[in-house]
Amino acid sequence: MAAIKPNISLVGPTESAATDSAPRRLVVDAQNISLTFETADGKVEALSKVGLQVAEGEFVSFIGPSGCGKTTMLRVIADLQQPTSGTLLVNGMSAEEARLACGYGYVFQAPALFPWRTIEKNLKLPLEIMGFSEAEQQKRVEHYLSLVNLNGFERKFPWQLSGGMQQRVSIARALSFDPALLLMDEPFGALDEIVRDHLNEQLLQLWRTMGKTVLFVTHSIPEAVFLSSRIVVMSPRPGRIIDVIDCDFPPDRSLEIRETPEFLKIAQRVRTGLRAGHSYDE
Amino acid sequence: MDPRKFRLGLLFATAAIALSFVAPLAPGVPSLLARPGLWQAAALAGALFLAAAWFADARAIVPGLAGVIAAAIVSLLLLHDSNIAGNATAGFWSIVTAAWLAAAMCVVALAALRPVRKERRRLINILVPLLFGATVFYLWEVAVRGFGVPPVIFPSPSAAALRFAASLPTLAADFNQTFIKGVLIGYAIGCGAGLLVAILAHRFEFLGRGLLPLGNFFSALPLVGIAPIMVMWFGFDWPSKAAVVALVTFFPMLVNAIAGLSAAGHIERDLMRSYAASHRQSLTKLYLPAALPFIFNALKINATLALIGAIVAEFFGTPTQGIGFRISTEAGRMAIDMVWAEIALAALAGMAFYGFVTLAERATTFWHPSYRT
Amino acid sequence: MTSNSLALGGVSPRRLSHHPLVERYAPVITTVLALVAIWYIAAVAMNWTLVRDGFEREETPYTVSDVLAGTMDAERPLLPAPHQIASNFFDTVFGYPPLAPRSLVYHSLVTLSATLLGFLLGGVFGIVLALLIVHSRVLERSLLPWIICSQMVPILALAPIFIVVLGALGLHGLLPKAIISAYLCFFPIAIGMVKGFTSPDLLQIELMRTWSATPRQVLWKLRWPAAVPFLFASLKVAITISLIGAIVAELPTGAEAGIGARLLAGSYYGQTVQLWSALVAAAVLSWGLITIVGLVERGVNRSMGAR
Repeated sequence: MAAIKPNISLVGPTESAATDSAPRRLVVDAQNISLTFETADGKVEALSKVGLQVAEGEFVSFIGPSGCGKTTMLRVIADLQQPTSGTLLVNGMSAEEARLACGYGYVFQAPALFPWRTIEKNLKLPLEIMGFSEAEQQKRVEHYLSLVNLNGFERKFPWQLSGGMQQRVSIARALSFDPALLLMDEPFGALDEIVRDHLNEQLLQLWRTMGKTVLFVTHSIPEAVFLSSRIVVMSPRPGRIIDVIDCDFPPDRSLEIRETPEFLKIAQRVRTGLRAGHSYDE
Repeated sequence: MDPRKFRLGLLFATAAIALSFVAPLAPGVPSLLARPGLWQAAALAGALFLAAAWFADARAIVPGLAGVIAAAIVSLLLLHDSNIAGNATAGFWSIVTAAWLAAAMCVVALAALRPVRKERRRLINILVPLLFGATVFYLWEVAVRGFGVPPVIFPSPSAAALRFAASLPTLAADFNQTFIKGVLIGYAIGCGAGLLVAILAHRFEFLGRGLLPLGNFFSALPLVGIAPIMVMWFGFDWPSKAAVVALVTFFPMLVNAIAGLSAAGHIERDLMRSYAASHRQSLTKLYLPAALPFIFNALKINATLALIGAIVAEFFGTPTQGIGFRISTEAGRMAIDMVWAEIALAALAGMAFYGFVTLAERATTFWHPSYRT
Repeated sequence: MTSNSLALGGVSPRRLSHHPLVERYAPVITTVLALVAIWYIAAVAMNWTLVRDGFEREETPYTVSDVLAGTMDAERPLLPAPHQIASNFFDTVFGYPPLAPRSLVYHSLVTLSATLLGFLLGGVFGIVLALLIVHSRVLERSLLPWIICSQMVPILALAPIFIVVLGALGLHGLLPKAIISAYLCFFPIAIGMVKGFTSPDLLQIELMRTWSATPRQVLWKLRWPAAVPFLFASLKVAITISLIGAIVAELPTGAEAGIGARLLAGSYYGQTVQLWSALVAAAVLSWGLITIVGLVERGVNRSMGAR
């Protein structure tokens, strides 16, 4: 069993990732987040004193086995769940205020498109709720659909699209109201490998051109290493951070990078962290 | 089906036709051969059956059905002879048997067909029950008139149809009273109120948890029994019937709408939360559309319940018109053919109402997986 | 990880309002109490003019509290108070020997016998019909559409015809009512059982075929167990309809015994409280029958391994 630093309490952005010398704005500032809930079998500590700081423009992946708290952490940041203790600032305000100010877009594991709405109307859903004008809505629909390469599908219904295309619509929908933060919970988990590779490339390109901050939960080691500027490895019972790995691959990387030794080294480090976290359950 | 059984059946039909030429149609009446036109038609039927028996596969259906029609027409025309009607014997019944047997064979053969093209399949899906129903009606007609069943007990379909056509003004007035005033108004009130209360129960969880068990309890009760009380409160005329219909339709809508409003998935609910949507926005954009399949389920159930409720409520007392009123008074007067005409009216109204709701359902819930198989 | 399905928030202190029994029953009890309160208020409001006019006709002096008391105890109220109905109900149920013509138990038994007989006949016929439809393509394609169509027809409207026709044929009393009830409840049972018998997955049927199972074996080992939930769901619907049918069947001929007869008599003679008692009796019967079916269902489910 390799020596692992359990329960890293503060994780911040490293200087090497930034090319400009000015400190970047913190989009997420979480300190000592804990979440315990009651089940029929007693208390479960989903998160135990997790600390995290994410600067603007980073792409941070959370990876870990089932039950390690990565989705819970994302939902806490999104104010979809409340922590039992700890402090959390999103965009400089509380999580609830950030949610009410529509500060983030959330992409779920399933596309969650409304089957009774066309693709166009599905994209307009958040815009209608947030009160954008008709003209503005139309403009944004066209812009973001072309961003995910789905022009021409406005009048189709979700079931007429494949799973990968639906998920692209879901991403476009999350971007449509220009949030600074993008939260993605295993968005490509249900898709086959070929589609997944294609979508990984598209997501990377989107991130590069739009400069958003992305928090990305995944099961897949290659996906995490390929996409991220920082990887957070978590382990379960209690949910905590095992390791944090910085990646600084060139921004215009392609999928071929997955065969390079640097990539494999990082992937190996991730895998070791995962295995170590798991071994506490023996 | 087994071609040998098919051929055997059709051969029996041919034999039956042959028998009708020699056996007496009724005591003391001229035989079939003495009737010009009729015996040629019967002979044609026999020939068609023979041809069908020779094919004994899918090609036999057309000549088989043609023969059935010919034989049926012969038997119906024979019934116009008042000496035969009521006294029919072997000769007559063998024609009927031939028609029935051949029809049954053709229905079975049609049902066994499995055409590849969708339109053909749909055609057969409609044709089989239609033929089956037509055969039943034919047998009913022939049996009632051939055996001379007193119309008091059972009128023939033709007599009922004639009475229907002759009583259109009365039927229209009854329809207006029962359906337009009683059913439609009560249905609108009951379903509307059920939906509103369900929306409130969805908004206020405590109310929902209290109302749902009660709703289930009341759905199972014989609520039509409330009719005499409604008469006491609202008088004999249509408002009391509408009140009964409203009460009867309220509970199924309440129960189904509550179920439907909770049908939206967790992920979709989280999505609305992430947009900081107000409760009203979530209701109109997520919960109500997701609940539509359940709401339409209740609307369809209520369509039948409403009609039954209005008619039964009229059994308890009604001024001078209405489907239920007419049925109970005409039944008391033993005018059974009028009763059947009213029932036919109620059946047509019921099917039209249900069909209308189904069309509306298909238009608004086309997106539901159950339509996309 | 599906934390989506887990409870929101963390640990909450254990308070009385979080006790599972309270949480389960408090809403229903509160709603029932609220409804009873509304009923009392409505009774006062609706009977007020009636009682006040009664006092004025008799030219007796009265106060507001007299009228109030009167609304709770009127002889022919527009809306009887709950305690009035309750006392009449208990009087007619326990106050007479069970088979006396004035006992509500007697009338309930008359209706119940027709209901149960009709339910039995209808149930058997419905199941047999379902079996035939499932095993014969011809019957399925020719008969099933008619059965579905007939559900849109107000079948209860046929009750008077049946009674009259059967009466003309010499059948009176229990049998015509039972036949109407049977006719009403065989449709939901037939449709429910067709759905149930055809509910097994294609995979399961193919598995039976790999074992060369005969149709009868497939029926007993696969189709029947798969159809059990559908059976009980349609039995519950059928027994309710059977009861309604028995009650409605008592109307056309002006029968003298049975809950329908009580309803009719109550409405003809203006005996409001008696009417409401009969309704309560019908409700008790209905609820009781469904509970019995539910208990049988639970027993069968337990023997089939459900928790």
